[in-house]
This record gives sequence, C-alpha cells and structure tokens, in this order.
Amino acid sequence: MRRSLSFCVALILLSAAMLAQTGGEMRFCIPSEPNTFNPLLPQEVSSATIIYLTGGVLLRVNRLTQKADPELATAWKVLDGGKKIHFQLRDGLRFSDGTPFSAEDVAYTMQKLMDPGLHSPTGDAFRSGEGRVVTNVLSPLSVDIVFPAPVANLANLFDAVPMLSSRSPQKDIAALGPFYMAEHKAGSYILLKRNPYYWKKDANGKQLPYLDAIRLEIELNKEIEALRFSRGDVQMITALQPDIFEKLASQNAKQVQDAGVSTYTEFLWFNQTLTSPIPPYKRAWFTSTAFRRAVSEAINRADMARIVFHGHAQPAIGAVSPANKFWSNAKLKPHPYDPDSALRRLRQEGFQFDRGALRDKSGNEVEFSIITVANNHARENMAAMVQQDLKRIGIKVNVVTLDFHSVIERISETFNYEACLLGLLYSDLDPNGVMNVWLSSEPDHQWNPKQKSPATSWEAEIDRLMRAQASSGDERLRKQYWDRVQEIAWEQEPFIYLVDKNALVAISPKVKNAHPSPLHPQTFWNAEYLALGNDELANRKGR
Amino acid sequence: MLRGMDLRGGWRELGGMTRNPKIRLFAVAVLVLTIGAALCANFLAPAGYEHQFRESPGASPSSQHLLGTDDLGRDRFARLLFGARVSLLLAPLAAAISTLLAAFFGGMAGYFGGWIERVALVVVDLFLSIPWLFLLISVRAVLPLNISPQSSVIVTFLLLGFLGWAVSARVVCAGTRELMSSEFVTLARATGFSGLKLVRLHLLPNLRGTLMAQFWISVPVFIITEANLGALGLGVSEPLPSLGSLLRELQSVVTLRPEPWRFIPLVVLVLVVSCFEILLNHSLISSRGTSEVRA
Repeated sequence: MRRSLSFCVALILLSAAMLAQTGGEMRFCIPSEPNTFNPLLPQEVSSATIIYLTGGVLLRVNRLTQKADPELATAWKVLDGGKKIHFQLRDGLRFSDGTPFSAEDVAYTMQKLMDPGLHSPTGDAFRSGEGRVVTNVLSPLSVDIVFPAPVANLANLFDAVPMLSSRSPQKDIAALGPFYMAEHKAGSYILLKRNPYYWKKDANGKQLPYLDAIRLEIELNKEIEALRFSRGDVQMITALQPDIFEKLASQNAKQVQDAGVSTYTEFLWFNQTLTSPIPPYKRAWFTSTAFRRAVSEAINRADMARIVFHGHAQPAIGAVSPANKFWSNAKLKPHPYDPDSALRRLRQEGFQFDRGALRDKSGNEVEFSIITVANNHARENMAAMVQQDLKRIGIKVNVVTLDFHSVIERISETFNYEACLLGLLYSDLDPNGVMNVWLSSEPDHQWNPKQKSPATSWEAEIDRLMRAQASSGDERLRKQYWDRVQEIAWEQEPFIYLVDKNALVAISPKVKNAHPSPLHPQTFWNAEYLALGNDELANRKGR
Repeated sequence: MLRGMDLRGGWRELGGMTRNPKIRLFAVAVLVLTIGAALCANFLAPAGYEHQFRESPGASPSSQHLLGTDDLGRDRFARLLFGARVSLLLAPLAAAISTLLAAFFGGMAGYFGGWIERVALVVVDLFLSIPWLFLLISVRAVLPLNISPQSSVIVTFLLLGFLGWAVSARVVCAGTRELMSSEFVTLARATGFSGLKLVRLHLLPNLRGTLMAQFWISVPVFIITEANLGALGLGVSEPLPSLGSLLRELQSVVTLRPEPWRFIPLVVLVLVVSCFEILLNHSLISSRGTSEVRA
C-alpha cells in the first residue's frame, strides 16, 4: 500500500515536470481580510492560506500520502520517546530577500513560537509539560530541540511551523516558501510573487515554482466567487457547496472534482450541562445513552447525504472521518437507520409511544429544539430532515435558526439550548489536535464543558485514554488508545455524527498539475508545481 | 421600515388604472381567490406542507405534485398554499396593530401639539433610525426556543406590527394637526365640544381615509418584510412555509435553474402586493374625495 502511494506521488511529480510551463499569475479567492500576517499565528482560512503559500517548513505532511516529506530539513529523528527531535538541514538555502538560512533561524523561530506572550495555537501543540523548550544549535546545519516532556506526533507538528529569519532586515516578509507577499490592497487582494531563492527544483532540474505569482482575491460571497470562476477571473475554488458544484459540473464536468470524503463532519449533540436552564426531566433524556442511541438510529443519514449534499457526502461513522487514513478506527461501522430498533430502545428505557407521540416515564411529551446557524441552507435542510425522521418515533423537534453569534453564545456561555447542529473541520489529523474536545475539563467538550471531574465513567475513561496517548511516543500504542476512544464515542454518542462531507473543488482546465486532496488545503497543497496552460498565459499577457 | 417609496407619485400614475372598475374587480378577485385557496389548503393540497417525498427531491411538475417538489421533496403547491395562508392572514393582523398604534400616538401628538407633539415626533424619529432588521434578529434570538413554528410566525408578525407604526404615526399626526387648525374644529371647540366628543364626531371620521390608507400600505409592506426575514432564515421556522421562506429557493443566482415553476411563489407575491396596491390607490382616491367633501 505504502509502495503504491509512493509510486503515485512520484508519478504526479514526474507528470508535473513534464507538463511544466513557467510563468503566469494564478488567482483564487480567500473569504476575508487576513486577521494576521504573523506566520506563527494562523487564525482563520485567509491567514492560514498565506502562511501555507509563503512559509518554509522543516517537513511537510504530504496531503495525498499523509506522511511527512523532507523540506528544509533533509532528515530528522525523534529521540527520548518524543522529548527530543534532531534535524539535519538542507545546505545553501536562502530567504526570499537573499538572507541565508541556518540552524540559528530554527532556534530563533522556536524561541518566538514558544513565547507565552504570543499565544500561538501552533506553539500550544508543543507544550507538553512545565519547563522551557531548549534549542541546541549543533552546527549551522544541525539542530536539536528538547522539550520538557514527551510530545506526541512531534515530527508532524513541524508541518505548521514556518521558519523565521533571525538576521533578515525584512523579517516580516522574508519567506522560505515558494512565494512571498509582494503587495496587499486592503479589502481587495493580496499578491504573492515567486520566491527567487526558493530551493526546490522539479524532476528536470527546473526551478520551482512554475507560477510567477498568485493573486488572492478577497471575496466572501461564494456565489460571486463561482460567477468569477465561470467568467475565468479566478482559476480555483476550494470547498464548494454541493449545489454550486452541480451547477459548475453541468457547465463543464472537467472543471470540478469530488476529491472524496474530507475531514469536515456535520454533527448533532444534546446539552448535558448541569448548569443549563433546561428542565431536569429533559436533562434526564439527554444524559441517557439509550435516548441518544435511539435518536441516532432514527436518523436516516444516507438520505441526508443523498438529498442535502447531492451524494457528495458519506454517512458519518464516528469521531474520525475515514479521510484520516491512519487514525480512523476501521472496525467501526455506520450506525444503522432503524426506527423500530430506536423505539425498542426507548421502550426499554421507560418511554411510551402512543398515538404518534412519545412520552417519558413521567408522562412528559418528548419535544426538544435544535439550534443551528441561520442562512446555512444545507444545515437547515439537515435539521428539517432530522425533524421528519424523529417525528416517526413520536419526537417533536423545533428547529430554530439563529445568527452565528447567538449560537456561539448559547453553546459556550449561557448553555441555554437543548440540542445543536453544527459542522467542524478537523484540520489536524492527530488525536492531539482534538484534546480540547475530548477532555472533560476543556471548554470545547461541547455536550458538558469545563467539568471539575468527569460526570460519567465513560468520560473518565476517555480522559485517561486521551492523556495516555498524548504522553506516549509509541505510535502503535497511541493508535490503540485513540481507537478505544472512538469506540466509546460510538457506543455513547455524545456527538451524533451525521455526515462526512466530500471535498468539492473547482479547478480550471487551464491549471496544470493540480491534484486535489481531501485534506486542507485541497487545491493548492502542491502550489509550487501548479502552472497555467498556454492559452491562459496568453490571456494574462494580453490584459 | 420598507417605506422609502413615494406613494403620491405612484398614486397619480395608478390613479387612472384604479378608477377602472374592471381592474379593481380583477384585484379583488385575485385576492379573494388567493385567500380562498389558502384557507382551503388542507383540501386542495392533501400532501401537506411538511411531508418529504425523499425519492423525488427537486422534481418537476406532475399530476402528483402540481408545482413539483423542493430540495427536500416537499410538495411546492402545498407549501405555496399554506405559505400564502400564513402571510395573507397574519400580515393584515400586523397591519391592524401598527395602524392602531399609529392612530393613538400620531393622533395624540397632533391633537395636543406643543411639547407633547415634539416628544412624540422625537420618539418616532428614534424608531425610524433604529436598524430594524438587526433588532428583529436580536428579538428572535431571545425568544424561547421551544415554541411551535405556528407560535413563532405569529410572534414574528406581532413584532412587525408593534414595531412598524412610526411612519404611519407621522402621517396621522400631520393629518390631525391639519384638522385641529380647520375652521369646523375651531367652531366645534367654540361651541363647547369636549375632547372625546371632538375626537369621536370630527377627528376620527375625517381621519378614517388616512388610517385605511395606512392599513392597506402596511399589509404588503409586512408581507415583504417577512419575506426579507425569511430570506435570512429568521421569522418562520421549519417546516412551516410562508411566502417569504418560499422565496429562498430563488436566493442563489448561481444555482437557480431556469424552471418556471420555481418562480410561482414570486409571481403570487407580486400579484398579491400589486392587488393590494390597486385597492390602496382606490382607497386613497376615495379618501381624498371624502376629505374634500367633509372640509
């Protein structure tokens, strides 16, 4: 399997070299003005996009193989069970302004990254215990980084750490990636130009990147983005909505691609917070595993994927999407759609189904509300389908659409809600990236956050397993722990996972060497190899 | 809220049209037919507005689904009838509330004049300067979550009624002030008419045309406002339809398919609002005639 994947990647690179055409400016949209240009502080899609295209990293997780490839470092070794990592650096590298790159820059970057005053989420991933992170510069081309305690998945974390220059007079814009930021017109566009000192060459020894520049147009409206794509103003769209995907496919099937199931999951959960202003009898339903399992069994996920997402989604299995090849638990199967089984479970729990209505032991009619974000058509349709599915087992659901800030306020501050339907993109494949969700003490443990001690035995078990995997340097052992967490989540269903969305992208046929991945960034993960066809180049020169 | 239009210009232009009894009859017929169909929705569309025919989402018109089905497979004809029922019954209710409030506040301001009028007009200006859409979104956000879709839509229209009186109040105030300075009111006061008697015998009968006009203006305005709220995903909650929520199918300019039946809710909305406007213009012309006679 690994051999075949490596072969595929080699084939892609070779074909890229064969199709290579230098020059041209490619354009695509980012949804907002970037919140920051600090490479160590990616906050949202726009800033993360710029950092990905300009930042040089020691190693890069290949978006197709999901394995680390050498970049600025030619080799690395994780030592002392994850407490230390040694990097051997590539020789002769220079930043975009010509300043040489050396091990001193790695030390400088780590010092900046671990500065507590920076509050970098990337840096937080390295904080394994009390104490300082020490970087030992062994020579200009080799460096050791020592952590106070073992850091799980240590090597792959460096995929998100762009190297800074300690000596460049233009520290803010000096870049080691394929592009550097050349121009920024607030609210309009950001122009990234080819890094003349970029180190990478293609299989024929040709200097990369092929493109002269990438123009990132700031455009929030997805429909206008699609119109601009149809007109040829932009050449790529990442994360297309299914209906827009279908429309573009009807115009030209070659310009869109379903890259397969992604790590973007839509899910539903019940509020189990003790301090929430919901009646105790409702809290008793929501904390009942049988109730949650029954609700889950009564939802027809296949219909949801087929109707709402036009078939560009898969019924979700559990906490980890199958797109995450290594970490998803392959033993788990999707929850079956079985309303009869759901009713049997509810009857065993003391619920009564009578004349189309479900009542609990005390005679309370089972009715709850689902909140979701207004103006998200797909999510509203999903809620409407849940509403009809649950009506079959006598549960009355009220769908309430609220503005985004009201939803966030309710689920994270006032806890004044009963159930919530939202989606989440898991950009970090490693289980460490979701510690904030699964530890019962964390604020993002949405169904019952910030617990002083775990409310249930299964949450205590998840806490133990998550801490164990985080402190282990043995990948096989970590996989076992994380698999068990996924099994518990599958059995208890604190989150009722609904569908895993497919990665839908649009790429103009004029763009060469594009190989969309289901992982972020789907379209431009190999930006240095992207090129424009001759006709597109001619058009650009004509303008 | 949505009253940026200059009705007087439209009044003059439509004046000739609305004097035509055939057109008025047509408008009445359309409204009666629409309201009648909406009231008989249970019989005309037994499929119901919420049942999802999941094997045929986005279907074209057929004998089973006269206007096809929406994205979730719900019968579009049934949703149109039930949606029209919601909008056409509740918009007049909201219009009645806002007209009554306008009559009270505008009438008081015009009747007493002086500092009371100034304070009332400041309050009116304050109401007009508030961004209503954001206020409505906020109000919707603080409502209880577990209210039925029916209650939710009633609350939405009641809110529209309670918040939409300011423009009408200004018109009523101006009308009352004009009446208060008229000779026949001066004469009535000189002969010892008390406040209530003056209001009952002289002010209200002379303001009737203005108030009716404000009512008829408000009905289509509230239908369109609810449509705006519906387009934001607020107001009427799933699975209940309204004319506004049905228009959401037309929201996407990119994915909109050139299928005429998808535009039927828009056609019905335009038709209903136009018919209300025709009757409104007739009402305005009649009231002007009445005012001239009474003066």
